[in-house]
Amino acid sequence: MINQIYRLVSPRQIEVTYKDSSITAEKVVVRPTHLSICAADQRYYTGTRGEEAMKKKLPMALIHEGVGEIAYDPQDEFPVGTKVVMVPNKPTEEDPYIRENYLTTSHFRSSGYDGFMQDYVFIRRDRLIVLPQDIDMNVAAYTELVSVAVHAITRFEEKSIKRRSSFGVWGDGNLGFITSLFLKTLYPDCKVTIFGKTDYKLNQFSFCDEAIYINDIPEGYEIDHAFECAGGKGSQYAIDQIIDVIKPEGSIALLGVSEYPVEINTRMVLEKGLTLIGSSRSGVADFQRTVDIYKEHPEIVEYLATLIGQVFHVTSVQDALSAFESDLSNSWGKTIMNWKI
Amino acid sequence: MIYAGILAGGKGTRMGNVPMPKQFLHLNEKPIIIHTIEKFILNKKIDTIIVATPKEWIRHTTDTLVKYGLTMPNIKVIEGGTDRNDTIMNIISYIESVSPVSDEDIIITHDAVRPFLTHRIIEQNIEEGLKNDAVDTVISAIDTIVESTDGEYISSIPIRSHMYQGQTPQTFKINKLKQIYSMLSEEEKEILTDACKIFAIKGLQVKLVRGETFNIKVTTPYDLSVSNAILKGSMDK
Repeated sequence: MINQIYRLVSPRQIEVTYKDSSITAEKVVVRPTHLSICAADQRYYTGTRGEEAMKKKLPMALIHEGVGEIAYDPQDEFPVGTKVVMVPNKPTEEDPYIRENYLTTSHFRSSGYDGFMQDYVFIRRDRLIVLPQDIDMNVAAYTELVSVAVHAITRFEEKSIKRRSSFGVWGDGNLGFITSLFLKTLYPDCKVTIFGKTDYKLNQFSFCDEAIYINDIPEGYEIDHAFECAGGKGSQYAIDQIIDVIKPEGSIALLGVSEYPVEINTRMVLEKGLTLIGSSRSGVADFQRTVDIYKEHPEIVEYLATLIGQVFHVTSVQDALSAFESDLSNSWGKTIMNWKI
Repeated sequence: MIYAGILAGGKGTRMGNVPMPKQFLHLNEKPIIIHTIEKFILNKKIDTIIVATPKEWIRHTTDTLVKYGLTMPNIKVIEGGTDRNDTIMNIISYIESVSPVSDEDIIITHDAVRPFLTHRIIEQNIEEGLKNDAVDTVISAIDTIVESTDGEYISSIPIRSHMYQGQTPQTFKINKLKQIYSMLSEEEKEILTDACKIFAIKGLQVKLVRGETFNIKVTTPYDLSVSNAILKGSMDK
């Protein structure tokens, strides 16, 4: 079959390319239905990833957050029409200690390998997680982003001390929203505080016990553990504040991506005996845990739905470009493409 | 019920001196017809796919499907007709011979030699086919269309924005198509080579679905070279 792949060839230019794939080979054929735009996609789309990376990675189909329906499974394991989330990480080896998302040999879609902007996605069966069949697919579209927060929480659970009565989440964006929502859901008796700077964003965090402006942290305020979801230059300010208010032996989960090196007050890290836990992307186990949480706490899907920003009906390359352009001017929420191309 | 009719009735005289019909020629080491059928298999709304091919090529078609693993029970190979419309009528007769046809049942007819079609084109054909009696897949004309009735001088130049180029799929309500086709005289049948035209000249509405410029018909050696080139030119990632 000739599969259409919609690849970014240079900044703001997407072209259709064609690839011959056989439906009767090993891979499962998925029709993508709902795709969600991530900031990382935008860095390629606008060309801000830097000339070197652009040259190395393009042409490439964008989008690593997406869901779809099974179109064909040569082994008949997944019934046709089953709603699934697609895992963008493709490990090429197994390691008893290192998780798949940290193996340097793993391939990641829309970062050097074609993402989900395709007529059909041919995918390994171990990269598919079956969704609740009645789920809102516009929400399920950004399950990958949710799984990144779940992955960070899982790592935190493994590595932090067991005193967990209060959590602070820095960053009032999408990732901060998801992380604090999942912390509150998984630890309902713990106090979850969101730290941010934008009034209208902080108002969205209705499930948090408290919202604090970063310029207005009360004297003597303390938390057990912290999640940094600020990213960029904001990471440094956030980590500084966290080190000030965190209790000794607390853990700081770092999720925010920064293009620049960030200075950290190591003197106080040492003095308080803090643990810094870095985390990046997620693996198939995190997707599974995320979907399990969706099933166990259906209300969480309703909260996540408030993150839906604009939904675009995409039937042409031009429509996809419009979605990317509009997403650039959105300061809150996720842009979803209903993939009808 | 939703049927797909793959029109593989042609013997490909335009392809030059080759020993087999063009739909069996290879595009990236796989017969063109296999590429096309695979796209229809992937659409879950389609109940049955009927491939109509010249009588002497029926066995070859069946063997080819087996060779490429397309042994699904909902793919049938039947004999095509003397021309395009006759082939469609053969497909309809086949459908009637296996199950009763209701007024809601539709058939998506598609040229076997247009392997570049997309999921959207099939979806919109189904969607509009269920709402309308007939659907044609078209693209806006890029070149100016010039009409000449004598082949020597221009008789007219139609307004370009009103001009479209017809592709396939073409989708029809089965009963309606049959009813209109049966009203044609033998002479009309010979002239009306396009099934949508039958609807149009009888004053019936034919809904347009947007095709794609790349949804080309591979009918000449040039088309085959271009198709192979664009497939191989798309780098693997």
